[in-house]
Amino acid sequence: MATGSRSVIILEELTAVVLLTLMGAAAIGVARQRNLFGVVLLSGIYSFLMATVMVVLDAVDVAMTEAAVGAGISTVLLLGAIHLTGGTESKPIHRPWLPLFVVTVTGAMLVYGTLGLPAFSDPQAPIHQHVAPRYLTEGPEKTGVPNVVTVVLASYRGFDTLGETFVVFTAGIGVIALLRRRNPRRTQDRDGEGDRS
Amino acid sequence: MTLASHFSYWVTVLLLMVGLFIVIARDNLIKKLIGLGIFQTAVYLLYIAPGKLIGGVAPIIGGQFAVYSNPLPHVLILTAIVVGVATLALGLALVVRIKEAYGSIDEDEILAMDARDDTSPVADRDGS
Repeated sequence: MATGSRSVIILEELTAVVLLTLMGAAAIGVARQRNLFGVVLLSGIYSFLMATVMVVLDAVDVAMTEAAVGAGISTVLLLGAIHLTGGTESKPIHRPWLPLFVVTVTGAMLVYGTLGLPAFSDPQAPIHQHVAPRYLTEGPEKTGVPNVVTVVLASYRGFDTLGETFVVFTAGIGVIALLRRRNPRRTQDRDGEGDRS
Repeated sequence: MTLASHFSYWVTVLLLMVGLFIVIARDNLIKKLIGLGIFQTAVYLLYIAPGKLIGGVAPIIGGQFAVYSNPLPHVLILTAIVVGVATLALGLALVVRIKEAYGSIDEDEILAMDARDDTSPVADRDGS
């Protein structure tokens, strides 16, 4: 029994490590690829890998949303935008040494910062001590819903979700306002004013 | 501290930095938005990974399980994913408008056009 659970634990960790490595490779592929269609496909692969990682990390609701929204809708939106704007990235004019330097220094500082963080899956970590035990024990009793993520999303943090709806609504209005067909005459008038001033 | 105990953090940092690099170094606006997306998903990982308990299960309460992963980061990230795709849509709409107005989505070209446009009217105003 003990050896069985130990091998399960090792398998779980190994799966996570392999998936995370693949994600790193996909992200670097996105940075190097210059054909935007390839970039969008790679970012779709990256999103599906992220969804799988979320399953491994027990975040099943997040995995479902990431697969549907991150890999599905985002990819469709990006493909639409590429169709409207053209498919290849021009060759960069300057060598990327300064950005590489900035990124390396920032990354090194962040890695230094992670050294003070609790180890992966440490049950004594502060994140497992605060409100989470209360949600897990009280939530299903108070609401009658066994899925604690749903309980917190819709009940304890219902206002968060309402705010999220406002953000999506505002973004939708913004997209409509930007992409609405304009009256061509009015645009011309405005250009004329621009010339006069 | 071993490789296994901090590996998830380091992959998170790697993804954050790849995203940041794309946003800084690449001129194509759509590619910048994809880089921003990578940065964003890395933040999801930063939130979700510490909530995991090895040997635990997803936080759906059932009689036969005792250890559950932390549900709170999952809730926060669900919100973040939806908001993320909303901002992506808005960003892409802006890119499409920029393409209509400038005929290009390359940052260097757009800045060059802006610089040209800025200099000529200013010269006029100084002359009058």
